[in-house]
Amino acid sequence: MAEKFDVIVVGAGPAGTSCAYTLAKAGVNVLLIERGEYPGAKNVMGGVLYRKQMEELIPGFYKEAPVERPVVEQRFWMLGEKSAVTMGYKGLEWGEEPYNNFTVLRAKFDQWFASKAVEAGALLINETVVKECIVEDGRVVGVRTDRPDGDVYADVVVLADGVNSLLAKSLGFHKEFKPSQVALAVMEVLNLPASKIEDRFNLEPNQGCTIELFGDATKGMVGTAFIYTNKESINIGVGATLSSLIKSKLRPYDLLDYVKNHPVIRPLVNGGEPQEYAAHLIPEGGYHAMPKLVGHGVVVVGDAGQMVNSIHREGSNMAMTSGRLAAETILLAREANDFSENMLDSYRVRLMDSFVGKDLKKYKDATHTFEENPQYFKEYIPMLNKAASEMFTVDGTPKRDKQKKILQMVSQRRGTFKALSDIYRAWKVMK
Amino acid sequence: MEGDEIMSAIPLKKADIEAKQYLVRFNADTKSHLTVLDHDVCLTQCPDKLCTLFCPGEVYKWEGTRMAVGFEGCHECGSCRIGCPHENIKWEYPKGGKGIVFRLA
Ligand SMILES: Cc1cc2nc3c(=O)[nH]c(=O)nc-3n(C[C@H](O)[C@H](O)[C@H](O)COP(=O)(O)OP(=O)(O)OC[C@H]3O[C@@H](n4cnc5c(N)ncnc54)[C@H](O)[C@@H]3O)c2cc1C
Ligand code: SF4
Ligand code: SF4
Repeated sequence: MAEKFDVIVVGAGPAGTSCAYTLAKAGVNVLLIERGEYPGAKNVMGGVLYRKQMEELIPGFYKEAPVERPVVEQRFWMLGEKSAVTMGYKGLEWGEEPYNNFTVLRAKFDQWFASKAVEAGALLINETVVKECIVEDGRVVGVRTDRPDGDVYADVVVLADGVNSLLAKSLGFHKEFKPSQVALAVMEVLNLPASKIEDRFNLEPNQGCTIELFGDATKGMVGTAFIYTNKESINIGVGATLSSLIKSKLRPYDLLDYVKNHPVIRPLVNGGEPQEYAAHLIPEGGYHAMPKLVGHGVVVVGDAGQMVNSIHREGSNMAMTSGRLAAETILLAREANDFSENMLDSYRVRLMDSFVGKDLKKYKDATHTFEENPQYFKEYIPMLNKAASEMFTVDGTPKRDKQKKILQMVSQRRGTFKALSDIYRAWKVMK
Repeated sequence: MEGDEIMSAIPLKKADIEAKQYLVRFNADTKSHLTVLDHDVCLTQCPDKLCTLFCPGEVYKWEGTRMAVGFEGCHECGSCRIGCPHENIKWEYPKGGKGIVFRLA
């Protein structure tokens, strides 16, 4: 006879693991299935993990978890071809407990996090692909895996299978995503001695820094590049919507090499020894692209539900919160012994009421707007660089004339009215 | 054309994707998890052979009349499934435990 669990969670990323952890801690018999050799073997992110949502699960986790550096400075660079307009915030309070966020390497972090779920009582099975959900009378009652005799049953199946959620798609919860709804990111981990990192990024030991790069970093495509500092390595990566990559015919790894060799960036990464190269999709369709999240006996959490705030590069924290909320709803459903869509729907309601739903709603038109109006990346950032260069170059021209020249440049390039309406549009989607 | 204009703006030596791929651990299966459904569609309806451009693992290589698929170097990112304009790629996950193994990322 096939085995039955209370709950099956598919995917041991932050979404699935936080769900399994919460359930196991409450004494629920939960099976966590991961297709990788170990949790994290298939997972990639730039690397900023937010403390708050993780602590809601495991208070004080950072004392034990394999985190790299607490981030004390976040920089934003608008790159020109040989220049950058820079901005940022350094807060030394972020270097002290309880910290703001940390850089992490996922292959290490996910393994540790999943081990906590196992300690709490979850059963973790690696190296197993869930091929489909078993549906009986319109209800999901289990999963079919690629193991021999691989059918397993449960009251509820949680789909935490990430951006390529073939399972949610096969249940008809969403159609295939469009190339404009996903960003393709490539990244390298470069080894660099801690002392070099601290010198180059102006840090004390055990302080970290992040840099988000716009403009020339993606050749004006909708996207960003990033540099994050780990203990003894740095992550450098670049991502753009798949649609803009297709349109520009740029190869993602060429773009990555371009970023590494950019004259403003090279001094930071120079001599870094490549350790690993990785590629992954980010679901960036936001609120409008969210699939159906709940069915009879099934819920969708994390990236599988398009829960990423691309403007603030938040995803793992949304995944964790959605996983936890799903678990809490399942606990209620167990009390009522009711696993219908109607009962489980309170997960969706609570999710949309949390920061996850609120932030996704707030930025619901952002990616979309930038996708349709590439001038923000393509024209304004170069203009900003020209303007800054103009203002800061001391050549005997009176500042009033310089301002005039800058305004002329803007109106020539784009037209004053167009520029003003662009500014208004950007303000509207970001406000 | 827009694409070419951007390309020429990138002053690159040919990026050494082979060196990058060499850094990655692949525990490849013997059977491909990626299938090009109709090579004629690639030949006649996809002049730019898009998957050979955006695939981050350089898995797809056009061999004059048909598409060669080096599935062993696949990052399982999903881009080709979503990005192929003719839905000409059957995309599955490799068997459990097979495929790419990130050690850091
Ligand atoms: C380059 C990049 C940079 C990013 N930067 C950040 C950042 O700085 N901060 C941040 O918070 N977020 C960031 N994100 C987003 C973040 O990585 C995701 O939002 C987060 O990982 C989502 O978690 P998840 O658990 O939903 O999905 P995933 O982490 O993708 O986990 C899904 C899991 O399911 C498994 N799986 C899938 N299908 C099956 C199946 N059929 N059977 C069994 N197992 C299966 C996979 O192997 C995987 O382990 C970034 C993403 C990328 C790609
Ligand atoms: S993108 Fe699709 S149609 Fe075009 S060459 Fe590749 S597989 Fe063929
Ligand atoms: S999934 Fe990604 S890495 Fe694999 S073949 Fe498709 S595009 Fe290339």
